[in-house]
Amino acid sequence: MDEVLSVAFLTSVLAAAIPAGTAILYACLGELLCERAGVLNLGVEGMMLMGALGGVAATLWSGSVWVGTLGALLVGAGMASIHAVLTVGLGANQVVSGLALTLFGGGFSAFLGQDLVGRPVPATFGDLAVPVLADIPEIGRILFRQDALVYVSYALVPLLWLFIGRTRAGLRLRAVGERPEAADAMGVSVGRLRALYVVLGGALAGVGGAAISLGTNPGWQEGMTAGRGRIAVALVIFAGWNPLRAALGAYLFGGVEAGQFRLQGAGVPVSSFFLNMLPYLFTIAVLVLATREAARRRLGGPAALGRPYAREERG
Amino acid sequence: MIHDERSPAIEMRGIGKRFGATAANADVDFVARFGEVHALVGENGAGKSTLMSILAGLYRPDAGTLAIGGRPVRLRSPREAIGLGVGMVYQHFMLVEPFTVAENVLLGQERAGPWLETGAVERELRELGERYGLAVDPRAPVWTLSVGEQQRVEILRLLHRGAKILILDEPTAVLTPQEAAGLVRTLRGLAADGFCIVFISHKLDEVLAVADRVTVLRRGRVVGSVAAAESDRRSLARLMVGRELASLVERPAEEPHEAVATGEPVLELAGLRAEGDAGRPALAGIDLAVRAGETVGVAGVAGNGQRELAETITGLRRASGGRVRIGGADATNRSPGEIARAGVAHVPEDRLADGLIGGMDLAGNAILRRYRRPPLARGPFVVARAVAAFADRLLKEHGVAAPGRRTRLGTLSGGNQQKLLLGRELAGEPRLIVAVHPTRGVDVGATEAIHALLRAQRERGAATLLISEDLDELLALADRIAVLFEGRVMGIVPAAGADPERLGLLMAGVDGGGVAPVRRVAVAGG
Ligand SMILES: Nc1ncnc2c1ncn2[C@@H]1O[C@H](COP(=O)(O)OP(=O)(O)OP(=O)(O)O)[C@@H](O)[C@H]1O
Ligand SMILES: [Mg+2]
Repeated sequence: MDEVLSVAFLTSVLAAAIPAGTAILYACLGELLCERAGVLNLGVEGMMLMGALGGVAATLWSGSVWVGTLGALLVGAGMASIHAVLTVGLGANQVVSGLALTLFGGGFSAFLGQDLVGRPVPATFGDLAVPVLADIPEIGRILFRQDALVYVSYALVPLLWLFIGRTRAGLRLRAVGERPEAADAMGVSVGRLRALYVVLGGALAGVGGAAISLGTNPGWQEGMTAGRGRIAVALVIFAGWNPLRAALGAYLFGGVEAGQFRLQGAGVPVSSFFLNMLPYLFTIAVLVLATREAARRRLGGPAALGRPYAREERG
Repeated sequence: MIHDERSPAIEMRGIGKRFGATAANADVDFVARFGEVHALVGENGAGKSTLMSILAGLYRPDAGTLAIGGRPVRLRSPREAIGLGVGMVYQHFMLVEPFTVAENVLLGQERAGPWLETGAVERELRELGERYGLAVDPRAPVWTLSVGEQQRVEILRLLHRGAKILILDEPTAVLTPQEAAGLVRTLRGLAADGFCIVFISHKLDEVLAVADRVTVLRRGRVVGSVAAAESDRRSLARLMVGRELASLVERPAEEPHEAVATGEPVLELAGLRAEGDAGRPALAGIDLAVRAGETVGVAGVAGNGQRELAETITGLRRASGGRVRIGGADATNRSPGEIARAGVAHVPEDRLADGLIGGMDLAGNAILRRYRRPPLARGPFVVARAVAAFADRLLKEHGVAAPGRRTRLGTLSGGNQQKLLLGRELAGEPRLIVAVHPTRGVDVGATEAIHALLRAQRERGAATLLISEDLDELLALADRIAVLFEGRVMGIVPAAGADPERLGLLMAGVDGGGVAPVRRVAVAGG
C-alpha cells in the first residue's frame, strides 16, 4: 500500500501513461482533423482495429516495424475512404456511416486475423533513450525512454497545432468545417478538402492501432483496441478541437489505464471490475465537464460539423 | 444613354434554370455594362437570386449562354467566376464568423508561402476601405461586427480579389437608413471608377436613386429593361406585379392615422432588464405599455436592444430584472409556449432561426402554433386532412408562391417564407403581436399585403409592438414611436406629425431637450 504513494511508483505510472495514451492520441488527432473539416467519423474504433491488424500483417510480411506502420496507415486510410465516399461523395448520414464502419472494422479484422492470433511479431517498437534528455531525473524516465511512435507524436502535436492555426491550408480546413458555403463561394473545393481530411484522419487512426499492436501489446488479438477508438472520439470534444489539449487528454487516459494495472499489481483491495470501469467513468466525467465549460465560454465545435454540403441545396 | 456605348460586362442569353417543378429562370436575357449600376427587381421568388447565382458560378444553368467582358464562358464554380472578375455578395452573408476580417479576405486566395500572414492584407484592406468608404477593422473577428460592417467586409473582399463586376443581393435590406445611404455612395463611386454593379433590391425609391438601368423579372422571365431616369416607382411596380398597386399611388407613409387607441393595456413593461448574447446588458430598464388597438413602433439603430426586447417579451430570453405583464397577468420569464398561449404572436428577426423550420414542409410549418388543438389534433394524432386544408388555405390567403404544401420550406424565397410566417402568426387572432422587421426582404406587393394585415389586426383590437429600422414603415403603421438607444427608451413620440429629424437625433442618443415631441407639419403632401 505504501509503495503506491512513492515517487518511484508515480514515475512508473506516468512513464506507462505516455505509451498507453499515444495510441489514443493518434486516433484523437485524426478525428480532430476530420471534425475540423466538418465531418464526424464515429468509425475510429473500426479503423484502429483494422490498422492494428494491418500493422501486424505487414510486419510479419516485411520484418520491419516501419513497413508495418505504413501498412497500418494505409489500411486506416482505406477504411476512411469508404466513409469519405459515402458521406462526402454521396451525402450519406455521417453517424450511420461511422457506426457501420466501426461494426465492419471489428468483424472484418476478427475474420481476417483468425490465423494471426497469438503469432509473435518479428519486430516491435522498442524503447529508445534520447541521449542527455533521458538522464534527467524522473522526467527523463517518463518522457524520453519511449518508443519511436511516441517521439513522432511529440512532434505531430505542435505541428498540427501550427498547421491548423497558422497556415493557409489550416485556414481552408477550418473554413470548410465552419461554413462550407462561404468557403465554396470563395473558391475553396469543399468536397475535395473534406475527403482529404477524412482519409488523413483514418490514416492516423490506423497508426494509432499500430501503436498498440506493434508497441504496447505486440501481436494481434481480436478487439484489442478495447474501446480506445471510442474514447478518442469523446476526447476530441474534451480537447475543444485543439491538438495540444488532445495530447493532455490522451495522456490523462493513458494514466488512468496505466494506474489501473499498477494498482492491481500493487494489490490494492479494489475490485478489478471497478478498475476496468475507470476509463469509461472518466470519459463520462470528462465529457460532462468539457461540455459545461464549452457552454459557458460559448465555444462549440466546428459549426458545420456533421452537416453535409451540397452546392445547390437550400435551407 | 451614354452607358449603352460602354462595353458590356455581362451578357446572359436565354438562361434557364429549374428546381424540380419550379422554373426559377426561363429564357432570361440580361446585359449589364462597365461603369453602370444595374438594378434587378422583381417579386419574391421571381428568380433574381437564382440568375445572379448562375452568374457567380454557384448554380449551373440548364440552358443559355454567358459572356463576361465580351468572352463566352462556361462557369463550373465560384472560383472560376472570381477568376474572371465576377464577385457576389449573397443575401445571406458568406463569412466565416469566428475568423477575422483579414482571414475571411484571405480565404481561398492564391498567395505564396504556407504561412497565414495577415499583415499585408490588413494594410491593403485599410487602403481599399479608405478609398471607397468601407472602413472596417481588419483584425476584428467577424462575429463581433454589425451587419453593416459585415457587408463592408463582403464588398472589400471582392474588391481585394480584383473583382470588376460586383453583384449585391438585397444589400440594403439589413442596413439602417444611414448605412444604406453610405452604401449607395460607395456603389456610385465604384461605378464611376468603371466597375459594373448589379444591385438587387425591393425598395424602388432606392433603386431609382442608385441605378442607371433597371431590369425587371416576373416569374422567372424578363418583362422589361428600362433606363432609371425614364422610369418611376409606379411603372416599375406595374412591370413587376403585372397590375396596379394601390399603395404606390399614395405613399403609405403619408396616410394619416385615425383616433388614438384607448383600450386596456395589453403589454406592460416595467423596468425590464436583460443581457445580450455576450453577457453585456442589452436592456437597461425599459418602461413601455401597448394598449389594445394600438401600434407602438420601436425605432433605433440596429443593436440597441431591439432584438433582445422582442425575445424577452416572447420568452426566448431571460429577463434579469423588471416585469413583463401581458393582458394584466405576470408573464416574466414564462416559457415561449405559455406566452404564445396567452395570445402573443411573434414575427422574429431571424425567421429561419426563431420562426420556421427549413427542413420541414410548408404544412408542418403552418401548423406549428395549433397542431395541439382540434380540429388539427384528435387525441395524440394529427388529422392529416385538417392539416392539409388549413395549410392550403393559409398558402392561398397569403399568396405564398410555392409548388404546394409538401414543399420543403427552406427552398422558398425569403419573401415567401415571411408571408407564410405572418399568416401563421396572425391566424389565431392574437391579442399582442410582437413583429420585428416584418417586411425585411419582402417585395412591394407583399409589403403592401403585410401592412394591410397589420392594420387589420390593429382595427380588430390587437396590440402591436412593431420593431423596425424603416422609419417610413413605422410612421405608416404606428400610433406612437419609442426610440431605443443602448437599451433605454430615449423618448416616445406620437407618430402623427413626428419629425424624422428629431427621431434621428433620439436614435443617435441625443435627447432633443425634454420628452415633449417637437411637432411639425409634414411638408410634402402630409
Ligand atoms: N436551391 C433551390 N432549391 C429549390 N428551389 C429553389 C432553390 N433556389 C431557388 N428556388 C426556387 O426558385 C424560385 C426563384 O427563387 P429566387 O431565390 O431566385 O427568387 P428571388 O427573386 O431572389 O426572391 P426574393 O426576392 O424573395 O429573394 C423560387 O420559387 C424558389 O423557391
Ligand atoms: Mg433573392
